[in-house]
Amino acid sequence: MDYFLELFVGGLTRGSIYALIALGYTMVYGIIQLINFAHGEIYMIGAFTALIVSSVLAMYGMEGISVLIISTVLAVMYSAAYGFTVEKIAYKPLRQAPRLSPLISAIGMSIFLQNYVLLAQTSDFLPFPSLIPEIDLPERYQHIIGSSELVIVSVTALVMIGLTIFIKFTKIGKAMRATAQDRSMAMLLGVNVNRVISNTFILGSALAAIGGVLIASHVGRINFYIGFIAGIKAFTTAVLGGIGSIPGAVLGGLVLGWTESFATGYISSDYEDVFSFVLLVVILIFKPTGLLGKTLVQKV
Amino acid sequence: MNIITGIKDSLLVSLWFILLTFPIMVIRVNTIENVVEWRWRNMLLVGAGSFILSLVWRYLHKRKEAGGQESPDEPETVPLVRRILDTPRLLIPALIALGIALAVFPFTFSVYQVNIMITAIMFVVLGLGLNIVVGLAGLLDLGYVAFYAVGAYSYALLNYHYDVGFWIALPIGALLAFSAGILLGFPVLRLRGDYLAIVTLGFGEIIRLILENWNEFSFGPSGISNIDRPGFFGIDFSFREASIYIYFIMIGLCLFTIFVVNRLEKSRIGRAWIALREDEIACQAMGIDKTKTKLAAFALGATWAGMIGVVFAAKTTFINPASFTFMESAIILCIVVLGGMGSILGVMLAAIILILLPEYLRAFSDYRMIVFGACMVLMMVFRPQGLISGGRSIYQLNQAQKDLQKDP
Repeated sequence: MDYFLELFVGGLTRGSIYALIALGYTMVYGIIQLINFAHGEIYMIGAFTALIVSSVLAMYGMEGISVLIISTVLAVMYSAAYGFTVEKIAYKPLRQAPRLSPLISAIGMSIFLQNYVLLAQTSDFLPFPSLIPEIDLPERYQHIIGSSELVIVSVTALVMIGLTIFIKFTKIGKAMRATAQDRSMAMLLGVNVNRVISNTFILGSALAAIGGVLIASHVGRINFYIGFIAGIKAFTTAVLGGIGSIPGAVLGGLVLGWTESFATGYISSDYEDVFSFVLLVVILIFKPTGLLGKTLVQKV
Repeated sequence: MNIITGIKDSLLVSLWFILLTFPIMVIRVNTIENVVEWRWRNMLLVGAGSFILSLVWRYLHKRKEAGGQESPDEPETVPLVRRILDTPRLLIPALIALGIALAVFPFTFSVYQVNIMITAIMFVVLGLGLNIVVGLAGLLDLGYVAFYAVGAYSYALLNYHYDVGFWIALPIGALLAFSAGILLGFPVLRLRGDYLAIVTLGFGEIIRLILENWNEFSFGPSGISNIDRPGFFGIDFSFREASIYIYFIMIGLCLFTIFVVNRLEKSRIGRAWIALREDEIACQAMGIDKTKTKLAAFALGATWAGMIGVVFAAKTTFINPASFTFMESAIILCIVVLGGMGSILGVMLAAIILILLPEYLRAFSDYRMIVFGACMVLMMVFRPQGLISGGRSIYQLNQAQKDLQKDP
């Protein structure tokens, strides 16, 4: 039973992170129907920024929770700025182009960012300091849930609630939903669509950075390549839940997290990534719209 | 006036990039010795570089916008290559010269050069194969390398277990890749373009992970070594002779591919692919079976990858899963994009540039992938049709018909 609970919590933790990254995919896809391949790289850059900032702070003698806060805030800011810039360079000029063009441009951007970090930093795995403070849990539960897992799950839950409120009630959120529903109609009603798209990229990238910092301090090491696999898995999450749907991303994250956790726990740990890809293929074949997605009618 | 605002904007852009790249470009932490390295020189480089790039970007953008307005009246500037192709008087001598150069090449240069050339031609063929899928049919396949791996492993395993020779393995590898293409294509081709991209990417990774982990089948990460080189009626070749032999096999395969792709492009199914790429719904309304047509493109593209996979295994005599990463797929895709989607000549040119340049500019080989990435973005933004855009076959009216049209 304990083993089961351990896997359950492990799946929940993974799933939360996947959901955080998947939100960026889902929101961008909802608005401009583009798979932002560079999104995984934004997450990686977030983790790297946090690593660099926290190491610099640690060397100047800072400690404790303030390091966590400063490095997370900077990571979020930098990731948001990267997301914004990537959109301006690689996607904005291609608004009217055929659908394949921005997709290829996104792949190019992803390769570019990966190698940019590889060349500017290093190709080795870097140890990531554990920024999350230890929380005293009752001894009974310590081997089932660690403090970092607890923090990850609760932060994700908070972020999700915050995001839902943001999308539902603020002016920017309403503009985003309007643009996702019908871009040209939103434009006619005076929504600045370009700004809405920029905002979406900024918001999605910021969420990815939070995910990046959390997972990096949970796993304890990062390199330039972490964004690639995380990106694919987050995409799987988004598709699983129904791309374009925010609750879908959360649901998809949990399903994927548990699938991976239980499959590696009970079947084999060698094929961890294979399970998620197989799940992706199966979902796309049997329910291409995802668990909570709406059926889209293709128009001429 | 215009120039001053341009420079001002570019200065702002470079300031933005200095800020943006500050933590990653300037700071490097050494977590083992606990030292921070400040690389201020990089900051200057980023500033200057982004300033110049921003000016170039602005200029290109302006030119593109201006070009977009003028083009209807402006007489089309025909690129030199196409002009040569269209005039038989120039084409035949050019082809003969190229043929002689290719035939003499392996005997005049070292084995090293010959091997590089073989790689380049292999990528030409791979590019042409992917060109069927991406360029003609418009299906973004990011797992192309999986079929390449299928071909390579089928030869390696057949050779290891049953001592099967190269010439028998070549069609078998192609056939296996073809079947893999159909097997994968059948379920996923109903998906829309971007989903297809991700699923093929996932499939490529699955194949690589299985090859890496299934030790009993594929010998895991250590791979398979001592694969036989291609034989020629039982004659034993030295290393140099074998390289030359493979070189000519590749030239032959390349010619065969060009012939087939060229014929395919103008055939009924080729035109169906192009129509499908341009507008799926209109295409279905014209009575084209979407699934069958797509499947044909997918499987045919895979066949070529499988064939080249066999040649690859025979050339290197050693394969392991590390040769079949996503980066290979990305390089092949980059070749197709850079060359111009759907253009045979462009793909050939791009493959030769992308493979030969990094080989001869060894000092810059670290920067190869970053340049590839940047190229893909810039090509899409400024020249989506590629280096040499694919020509459409046009039916030209002769003078009499034209006169008839003018005054009926």
